[in-house]
Amino acid sequence: MSIIMRKLLLVAVCAIAVLPVSASLAQQATELQVTYSKGQFQPTELRAPADKAITIRVKNLDAKAIEFESKTLRVEKVVAANSEALLNVRAQKPGRYEFFDEFNEKARGALVVQ
Amino acid sequence: MLAALIIVFREVFEAGLIIGIVLAVTGSVRHRNRWIGGGVLAGVAAACVVAAFAGALSQLFAGMGQELFNAAILSVAVIMLTWHNIWMARHGREMAGEMRAIGQAVAAGTKSLLALAVVVGVAVLREGSEVALFLYGVAASDGGSALSLASGGVVGLALGAAVCLLTYFGLMRIPPRALFATTTALITLLAAGMAAQAVAFLERANWLTSLDSVVWDSGWLLSQESIVGRTMHTLIGYTDQPTEMQLLVYVAVLLVTVLLMRLSGSQHGGRAVAAG
Repeated sequence: MSIIMRKLLLVAVCAIAVLPVSASLAQQATELQVTYSKGQFQPTELRAPADKAITIRVKNLDAKAIEFESKTLRVEKVVAANSEALLNVRAQKPGRYEFFDEFNEKARGALVVQ
Repeated sequence: MLAALIIVFREVFEAGLIIGIVLAVTGSVRHRNRWIGGGVLAGVAAACVVAAFAGALSQLFAGMGQELFNAAILSVAVIMLTWHNIWMARHGREMAGEMRAIGQAVAAGTKSLLALAVVVGVAVLREGSEVALFLYGVAASDGGSALSLASGGVVGLALGAAVCLLTYFGLMRIPPRALFATTTALITLLAAGMAAQAVAFLERANWLTSLDSVVWDSGWLLSQESIVGRTMHTLIGYTDQPTEMQLLVYVAVLLVTVLLMRLSGSQHGGRAVAAG
């Protein structure tokens, strides 16, 4: 057991050592916002420059939770009823990236990266 | 109804696979159903709590609460799985063979069962909180469609249970001698995969930004969203776009497990029982 404990401690120390790197990168991200209300995203098309990290703020105005998901952007996040959530998206190549509500696939939109 | 069925099934699928494996691993241990059942119930209860406080959880850590929570519970599962493997390397021999050691092994087996019950609880919690949120949304909407959606949810849940049973009976067809090696390998890969998933959550939270470039994209070969892709994602941690850090952690967990199993096995009986 003591060997495991020591290994875990080592892992924890390594993880903490990596943390300070994160703050600087997050600041340069493109910020976007999308609202979900009455089962639809608004706007249905977002735009962002290529090769730059993106943060998307998803506001859910409905009384139901949604799960904001994009397979191509590789994000997936639950947004509780009447609340908002923040998603980090890594820098992307130009293209059209679709997103939708996993709990209601009729609600769809896309992020256009140029 | 079909939509609800698919959503619920997709969420419980992973938990079903994991519970099936844990059932097979603990096949010969007494009282295992009580422990695993307890893990499932605790997972369901925790899932409801998490679903109820999803909004608050999300706001923690500058909006990254969900990601960090997922990374944390996955890490707990990785530790439990690894600990189980090491424990089995030490005691597996007694449990598999010698009759006189059985009493002792069963008593000690309870400790290992607790670890696996935690793993089951975590699997149910992760998938269950989304199901709970979805079904709560259904219940909150108007009555007519709610009934149809709820029945879809029940069928989805039943299909998830079927996945669990299929996994269990599939593994039980393996001869007892090979079963131990098989489940050890499965548990090790499961742990490595979960560790890589935890890394993915930390990356999404921007808590982990070093070595975060994608190494390859094998989505054209096997999409992570296909049924096979999802199965491989759960079982061996398959990701169609892994980052350097994910690969590094994946390999590190495999190596550390094999190393610790060797050490632990040789300390005890002279010869390692490690299958890796």
